Amino acid sequence: MASLQTQDVVARSATTTPTPQVRSAVAPVAKLIDESKCIGCKACQVACMEWNDLRDEIGSNVGVYDNPADLTPNSWTVMKFFEVEPKAGNLEWLIRKDGCMHCEDPGCLKACPSPGAIVKYANGIVDFISENCIGCGYCITGCPFDVPRISPKDNKAYKCTLCSDRVGVGLEPACVKACPTGAINFGTKEDMVTYGDKRAGELKERGFQNAGLYNPAGVGGTHVMYVLKHADQPELEKLPRNPSISPAVSLWKGVAKPLAVAGMIGAAVVGFFHYMKVGPIEEQPEDGKREKEGS
Amino acid sequence: MTNSWTDIKNADLIMVMGGNAAEAHPVGFKWVIEAMQKRKAKLISVDPRFNRTSAVADVYAPIRNGTDIAFLGGVINWLLSNDKIHHDYVKFNTDATFLTKPDFKFENGFFSGYDEAKRKYDKSSWGYQLDDSGYVKVDDTMQDPLCVYQQLKKHYSRYTPEMVSNICGTPKDKFLQICQMLGEMSAPDKTSTILYALGWTQHTVGSQNIRTMAMIQLLLGNMGRPGGGVNALRGHSNVQGVTDMNAYAEVLSGYLGAPTDADDTYEKYIAKRTPKPLRPNQFNYWSNFSRFYVSLMKSYYGKAATAENHFCYDWVPKLEGGFDIMHIFELMHQGKMTGMLSQGFNPLATVANKNKLSAALGKLKYLVIIDPLETETSEFWQNYGPYNDAKPESIQTEVFRLPAACFAEEEGSFTNSSRVAIWKQKAIDAPGEGKVDSEIMARLFVKLRAMYAKDGGAFPDPIAGLAWDYVQANEPSSAELLREINGRAIGDVYAPPDPKDPKAAPTVLVKAGQQLPGFAMLRDDGSTACGNWLYSGCWTEAGNMTARRDLSDPTGWGVYQNYGFSWPANRRILYNRASADKDGKPWAPNKKYEFWNGKAWTGADVPDMRPNAAPEENVGSFIMNPEGVARLHAIGMAEGPFPEHYEPFETPIGVNPLHPNNPKAISNPAARVFKGDMEAFGKKEQFPYSATTYRLTEHFHTWTKHARLNAIVQPEAFVEISEELAKEKGVKHGDSVKVSSNRGHIVAKAVVTKRIKPWDVNGQKVHLVGIPFHWGFKGQTKIGYIANTLTPFVGDANSQTPEFKAFLVNIEKA
Amino acid sequence: MQMNRREFLRASGAGLVGSSFVALGFSPTAAHAETRNYKLARTTETRSTCPYCSVSCGMLVYTLGDRAKNVKPAIVHVEGDPDNPVSRGSLCPKGAGVLDMINSPARIKYPAVREPGSKEWKRISWDEALDRIAKHMKADRDANFVTKNAAGVTVNRWPTTSFLICSSSSNESSYLSVKVARGLGMIGIDTQARV
Repeated sequence: MASLQTQDVVARSATTTPTPQVRSAVAPVAKLIDESKCIGCKACQVACMEWNDLRDEIGSNVGVYDNPADLTPNSWTVMKFFEVEPKAGNLEWLIRKDGCMHCEDPGCLKACPSPGAIVKYANGIVDFISENCIGCGYCITGCPFDVPRISPKDNKAYKCTLCSDRVGVGLEPACVKACPTGAINFGTKEDMVTYGDKRAGELKERGFQNAGLYNPAGVGGTHVMYVLKHADQPELEKLPRNPSISPAVSLWKGVAKPLAVAGMIGAAVVGFFHYMKVGPIEEQPEDGKREKEGS
Repeated sequence: MTNSWTDIKNADLIMVMGGNAAEAHPVGFKWVIEAMQKRKAKLISVDPRFNRTSAVADVYAPIRNGTDIAFLGGVINWLLSNDKIHHDYVKFNTDATFLTKPDFKFENGFFSGYDEAKRKYDKSSWGYQLDDSGYVKVDDTMQDPLCVYQQLKKHYSRYTPEMVSNICGTPKDKFLQICQMLGEMSAPDKTSTILYALGWTQHTVGSQNIRTMAMIQLLLGNMGRPGGGVNALRGHSNVQGVTDMNAYAEVLSGYLGAPTDADDTYEKYIAKRTPKPLRPNQFNYWSNFSRFYVSLMKSYYGKAATAENHFCYDWVPKLEGGFDIMHIFELMHQGKMTGMLSQGFNPLATVANKNKLSAALGKLKYLVIIDPLETETSEFWQNYGPYNDAKPESIQTEVFRLPAACFAEEEGSFTNSSRVAIWKQKAIDAPGEGKVDSEIMARLFVKLRAMYAKDGGAFPDPIAGLAWDYVQANEPSSAELLREINGRAIGDVYAPPDPKDPKAAPTVLVKAGQQLPGFAMLRDDGSTACGNWLYSGCWTEAGNMTARRDLSDPTGWGVYQNYGFSWPANRRILYNRASADKDGKPWAPNKKYEFWNGKAWTGADVPDMRPNAAPEENVGSFIMNPEGVARLHAIGMAEGPFPEHYEPFETPIGVNPLHPNNPKAISNPAARVFKGDMEAFGKKEQFPYSATTYRLTEHFHTWTKHARLNAIVQPEAFVEISEELAKEKGVKHGDSVKVSSNRGHIVAKAVVTKRIKPWDVNGQKVHLVGIPFHWGFKGQTKIGYIANTLTPFVGDANSQTPEFKAFLVNIEKA
Repeated sequence: MQMNRREFLRASGAGLVGSSFVALGFSPTAAHAETRNYKLARTTETRSTCPYCSVSCGMLVYTLGDRAKNVKPAIVHVEGDPDNPVSRGSLCPKGAGVLDMINSPARIKYPAVREPGSKEWKRISWDEALDRIAKHMKADRDANFVTKNAAGVTVNRWPTTSFLICSSSSNESSYLSVKVARGLGMIGIDTQARV
């Protein structure tokens, strides 16, 4: 059941032909993570693994509550705990649900050299189409939030899909549904921005003068946003203050685009001869690198 | 909970103390967050650790573990000294105006009547003065020095902010800030709630911890009102239900006190449990005791229970002494137990002093484990190296392991912490040859009954006579059982004679054979059977009330009257008559819940009052008490009618700062200590650090360690210590540390955190070692030590709940 | 029969050529961006209650198949029941992970006995297990049942076998366990509520 048809794909990696833009009435969606309500329970983490049929390794305790300690190919979201004192002597335990931000202008998609390995749907979800992934890791370079992880098992990149399979049939993502305290909300991007601003206002009333919505402009805004208690200091929780796509990636997709396409044709010819001798690239990931070198 | 999960959203202030609601009940905590956002309610977190609740709280105050009564007693003192109490409520709904006996005293840490040898009180000097007609004497001006209000004031005058800070280690300004916030809740248009859990119960003063807070809630006028109450956030999904069904030695189904050796006759038994009203016109609900008891016996023994044999009174085993789990293990340890059945229970990991438990289990002849999962208890005999250093060849216990169904494999009802029973469907059969618990018990019983029928044996009558008219004797269905719990009419049930026309033919209220509509129909003449009076009304002629799923909430209070069945009588807030003033009017327009409409009690909920009891009749809100009001002075408590601070049995300061000159009053003078266990207590010189065990949100007890998803998010045993203690001990993040008590040791990883800070207490620095208790020698998680290796074998003086929350350890780098 | 991508590429005889043609807009079916199928579409949904804490969250349990006789159902997914007024669809990490408890490798599937002094479990039948347990119980009850106490009061109790009753079993099952225990004369009865 393909509920998000190709006409819902508004951007594809490494693709020069225009993508269909006809479905203009699809309301972009967004997830809003309200840090002030988060108790760090990890229900989202477990619900994510459960829904997506992932099982990460059973690790060790390394002296903190964070488990797994970071995003992995099997943990598409993790809770990160920060013991900070924004005001001296006033301890705060900030807890941030880390994962893909689903950028409006996704650096991963821009950086990806494999056609159709990363797509963006009309509703704003950025999804990895794993069968097209060649494991080059450019998406990681392109991501200002350090999100995608490459699996050593199959050499493919993985990250949060915003439960595109659930959203595609009209449901909320698994993490949103599970969240016990309503720290994760889901709706149209417009509603989430409105609600996020309202929450920031409420938090200001509660004494968090610098509360605010994290919806960074440098990546065109995001479809996963935070309400931060200290929006003036996102680095307290290891969030980039002004995330943007690295200049190299922008160059690759912008000025260099015609060159890139030309390069690809070249690569295709080279690849064709290579295939005649060796076989298809899916079993030869290093060939993917050659494709980039060729460009 | 006196109120409900969804009612928390109606609170103006929420205090979480003696619990960690965000951590242990995250989904229930949803309604705290809702109140904070929608009502701009404030959240207070008081805890030894800055925990997950503290992370979202408005105010956090640290407190040394085991000193809650000192803190709360200080709050009472502040409220009384600053006159921040809800006067009209207190006068109408509490015993503040009642006169206590003139010889009641409190001196040097003891209340009057202490018997040191027995560690027990003679309570004859406690309680109220009665007049000639048997009613309590009152002083409505509350000026008499003997009235409860004045006694209370006197008792807690010692609990000054300085004393609180000295005992608890709570900074004085934080304490006063919390007093101020609570004090504001004495206004009639404000209510506040308290959420607590095992952080209060698991102390040798556990019951009194809770009572102290209940007294604060009464002084603030918060009981029986939306957004108020004293809310115990309970443990397991159906721990409320199993408590109600009274899987306890000391009570029968529905909290009916079980007979003891002192109750040698049926008449004595009933009389002792049927109180007389202590004030005029009071409802005195327990006057119905015999109706509940006889109906239960008809449910258990059917036709065999007759008026002539006092409804099989002699068949009910009489209790001698306590038979709580610690007493059971104590007897087992002494070699006085032959067998044990353990159903869905892992005592080796969840009761105190693992090594004592293990030795005790090894003295059993047989042990039967009924469980869906492999538990540590089922393999107490197996050698797991340092984690369980057993010698199987020397352990002669015969151990049976029976596969039980889990929740999704059984149809039936669970009762949540809000007392709401909700029916669940069965999804699949248990794997392999697993069976549901009721079938296992039924098959075992039917076999035993056949053996007794064939071969005879000790007193076989109650076995032969146990009512067992289930369609399939080996597999009673949950539907049959819930109908039995609800109760039915055996004969026609008649209305009491009409006083205006006593000769008229009596009206039939329920026809023979019908399901009862509620406990008001119960009779003590044998015409009704009811397995649990509290649940009567759960399966009526209209069907299974626990299966109702109506989400309508017309008043918006979060009552959900037609969702499931809430005992008693489908009432969602207990004592809700107190939501109106003496005249039956709401205390404030914004808190209108139950009220008198001129003819009847009405409102959002089922009234907790006779519906036609006009306010002029002066029937008190606390209908379960013969005095009709709530007790600030309670003689039922083992260690005194007013809660007093006593140190944990293993105290890090070695003295009770309130009674520095009485070494006998350091710890609870009325707590039970078994022979040998007093010696097993550690002293601060050898074990200088105060320790507590607790739960993490990622795990449920020792159960979810078998679930890989939970093992992934919290894989390995750890302990939490402050940066200061870590520095002293040369411990870094993630180092292995050895934690020892006088009963054994564990090894775990160290989480070094800013969220724990040492306290300045009574002139010394006290450090905390926090010990999550989820690990053991079985599971998908990393194998670990059982944390309860460390904990002391001593319990609360009233409930015998072990003191898991305050004991002494040492810690060193492993 | 639809080709999968690899078959397509092999059939076209042009791996990289294919993918670069995709880039140029010649897009074969295999490279369509399709979200994962919604995995619950025709599973069977059952309403249940979480077995862990006393919030007792509503759960929707999804089983494989549509209850047709020839299907062996298995639980494949569990999520919150939005129609439970308390939990409103939420689950905590314990509840959200309940699938792995239900399907845990630690589930006990057969009755077993560990004989005195033995180092291992031995699988036995239900009949044997219940027979042996009943014999133990009867022997102990017959030997240690107390009819009257020292003062001559009828007490009819069996103090030497105790019963710990589960707090995560249904009300109905708890009621029956207590009824049986009291019927046998047991007094050593307790539950998790104590600890």
